[in-house]
Amino acid sequence: MSADLTLKECQKEWHGTFRAYVIGFFASLLLTTLSFSLVALKAFSGQLMIYILIALALTQAIVQLLFFLHLGQEAKPSWESLVFYFMVLVLLIIAVGSLWIMHDLGERVMPERMEEMSHD
Amino acid sequence: MSQSLTLHHTRELHPDTRVPDPHQETFPKTLLGFWMYLMTDCLLFGTLFATYAVLQHQTFGAPSSRELLSLSTAFSETMILLFSSVTCGFAMLSAQQNKKKGVMAWLAFSFLLGISFVLIEGREFRDLVQEGNSWTKSAFLSSFFTLVGTHGLHVSVGLLWMGVVMAQVYWVGITIETFRRLAVFSLFWHFLDLVWIFIFTFVYLMGVM
Repeated sequence: MSADLTLKECQKEWHGTFRAYVIGFFASLLLTTLSFSLVALKAFSGQLMIYILIALALTQAIVQLLFFLHLGQEAKPSWESLVFYFMVLVLLIIAVGSLWIMHDLGERVMPERMEEMSHD
Repeated sequence: MSQSLTLHHTRELHPDTRVPDPHQETFPKTLLGFWMYLMTDCLLFGTLFATYAVLQHQTFGAPSSRELLSLSTAFSETMILLFSSVTCGFAMLSAQQNKKKGVMAWLAFSFLLGISFVLIEGREFRDLVQEGNSWTKSAFLSSFFTLVGTHGLHVSVGLLWMGVVMAQVYWVGITIETFRRLAVFSLFWHFLDLVWIFIFTFVYLMGVM
């Protein structure tokens, strides 16, 4: 068997602190309640509401990544961050690409556009 | 046996260098490996989210998300999962200070919250199916059940895993092995909470708007 770190060193290696968990918890609580009450009260309408909700969700995701998942706090070389950013890139390509292509396809086969197309 | 080897090797051969050595530092390596798994899991959820976004309005005459989904249920599920996530974090803090009882207590909290999350979601699914709105009804419902169900399956497997880790901590105590397993598990549990934020926002909040 190869040698391992001692338990103490492993415990030191772990980045979680009481402060971080409490900050992350209350920030998440606040953001969740905020987006919930915005929808429950119908504070904004349509497109604007969607942008606000996405912004709130992304903020909460960043909060949790930093305070719960300790993103970007590992020792150099930061492989975890590198893998994370690559995942985000692939995710964006998949999500934005799918939506773009399917939206385009939807426009082309929409019933109200049928007549226009038959004239071509 | 491994304890004495450990001290010898880490102290003598690599005095406080950050250079990765293939035969040492399995703790950071395990974390990195598991982190990579989590990233691939993110991609899995990403594709399911994209599918849901595309099929969201394809209800095929069946009720839409506005008629089917309950915001208050989703909000309580969100809160339960957030509390479960932070209690799991506190379990890690107890493990850092070698407090076995603390680990067990916080994990027990986390476990009960996780169980109630799964039960609430199960009831929601059961109600939908009993009212005749199962996954066969429309493309929207298929993508809904796939996305939310995959997350629910992850939580259920997480609960099983948490039970195993709790049993190990109970019988073995806090050692390098159990600490590593706790650390990896806590990452998984926090990650599930992270995915749920997006389900809550994209499926429930935007669905009932």
